[in-house]
Amino acid sequence: MTNTVAGSTSDPLAKPKRRSRPPWRRGEAILGFIYILPATVILGAFHFWPMFYAVYISLHRWRVIKQGYVGLANYEWVLKNPKFWNALKVTVYYVVGTVPVQLTLALILAYILYQPIKGREVFRTIYFLPYITSTIASGAVFAWMFSPQEGPINRFLTKLGLPALRWLLEPRGVFTILGEYLHLPWLKGGPSLALVTIMIFVIWFWVGYDATIFLAGLGSIPYELYEAAKIDGANRWQLFRYITIPLLSPTIFFLSLVAMIGSFKAFNHIFIMTDASSGTVGGPLDTTTTVTILFFKNFYETPTYGKAAAIAFVLFLIILVLSLLQNWLASKRVFYME
Amino acid sequence: MISITLPLGQRKHVRLSVLQLLLYVVLIAGAIIAMFPFIWMILTSFKSYGEVTAGRFFPRELRWHNYVEAWNAAPFARYFLNSIFIALATIAGDLFTGILAAYAFARMEFPGRNVIFFLFLATLMVPGELTVLPNFLTIRKLGWYNTYEAQIIPFTASVFHIFLLRQFFMGIPRDYWDAALLDGCTHFRFLFSIVVPLSRAAIVTVALLSFIGSWNAFLWPLIVTSSEKMRPIQVGLRSFVVEEATQTQLMMAAATMVIVPIIIFYLFTQRQFTRGIMTTGLKG
Repeated sequence: MTNTVAGSTSDPLAKPKRRSRPPWRRGEAILGFIYILPATVILGAFHFWPMFYAVYISLHRWRVIKQGYVGLANYEWVLKNPKFWNALKVTVYYVVGTVPVQLTLALILAYILYQPIKGREVFRTIYFLPYITSTIASGAVFAWMFSPQEGPINRFLTKLGLPALRWLLEPRGVFTILGEYLHLPWLKGGPSLALVTIMIFVIWFWVGYDATIFLAGLGSIPYELYEAAKIDGANRWQLFRYITIPLLSPTIFFLSLVAMIGSFKAFNHIFIMTDASSGTVGGPLDTTTTVTILFFKNFYETPTYGKAAAIAFVLFLIILVLSLLQNWLASKRVFYME
Repeated sequence: MISITLPLGQRKHVRLSVLQLLLYVVLIAGAIIAMFPFIWMILTSFKSYGEVTAGRFFPRELRWHNYVEAWNAAPFARYFLNSIFIALATIAGDLFTGILAAYAFARMEFPGRNVIFFLFLATLMVPGELTVLPNFLTIRKLGWYNTYEAQIIPFTASVFHIFLLRQFFMGIPRDYWDAALLDGCTHFRFLFSIVVPLSRAAIVTVALLSFIGSWNAFLWPLIVTSSEKMRPIQVGLRSFVVEEATQTQLMMAAATMVIVPIIIFYLFTQRQFTRGIMTTGLKG
């Protein structure tokens, strides 16, 4: 900050530079602090302080009230707990089963919507609808749609001559079910059908949002590039593969990061869908208990705050590492246009 | 708004119309899937209990009475009023802290400004799961358990919203400020008579994001409320769903009451909303 007072006040018209304003004056400095004070107080109390407080809680035996200091015992409990590893497995299933599918579907829809098609705006509005509804209401509607007795999905399946399924009440793996149906005994395991039902909801919920972001990304690709490539004789697939995809890679990266972090934090819809169908959050048989649901159970259902805080901190570390990893990958693969 | 014609529309072959037909089939199938849950929800909300269990797709008559029954089965009026009040108070607080802080970061010079802003941004990395438990203990210590304060105060500042507003404020030409300064204008007057009116689009976007976040909040109000009097609509809907588990048509009526106002609201604010989403790429 090496400015002179001269520029801005004495001769404003002859002042071409940005930095010709005086450096901070005392009055402005104080005023600045006053302006950021309300936000700082709220953020300090509910965003900064809890980070340290969470670590503090996780180092204690803490049921409803604080008991004794236990060092890293809660973390040891987490890492040696088969429930935690099961929750991590469920979370990985959830991420792998939702993120690629929703992004692919969204990209296809966005690419179609980007063409000169009549009624584009109407379609876009419709696709976006799921995203604006509360996950509690729409999750509950899904739970009833997939209800084994009255749900329209099972009725539709039986009309097609397919077996009715137990959906949110089914703890067996989808491949096991498929293997039984096709009489292939070697086909086993996979995420439970209950978890897959939740994944169907997640994909339904996010595709329109992803497509909207993709549309924004598509809109920023200069038309001249397509023109030039067409003059060089590129066909439609080549245009998509060698122009659209590379130039869209920052958007793809952004969306996959948001979707992945969102998956690790997923809570509301899993809560309501399992609660409304079987009455057990994270059920049946814990096959839909993600890390976040496990945290909730150790916090709300049985108040073991020390353990819950340790789970939350481990979750935070996982998200942090994944974001850094994805960032590193992106720096090698993502093409940014200047 | 996308108004560029793309490769596909350029050629005029007969083949194209077949392809276009195919695209429409995909688009319409997608639209049906996106809307089916809502259609089914609304249809079911008009059915009788017998029609639900018999699995009829369309109701024989529109039983509006289901809505009356659902409305009376739980204190929905209270839930809605709570949610509206909480959302409005949150928006007001969020805009108040956000506009002031964003302006200070964008236009004022004070020591440590960049460091503080960086610290603000750093909190974006921290997931809500980590802060929910300590915040719950803080709320209890403050004596705010089962109050409106607990559901409003923690959300009256958002780093993300401050960031958005700051980006927008920085786009306002510096010359305006220099000119205003010459006329002896104060920061306060400049902010409220020049910056805020010029930033209406950004402010509306932030208000919408704040509203959606508050309206759809579930986990936090679930843990900090214990009585029906304080519950917002999402938590109320959940307890209705769990308690009335057999009366599907009533639950659908309740879900319709929660979802349809938001859909109408969205259709009216659509332009602002999608622009907000497209530029920010994030919810709440």
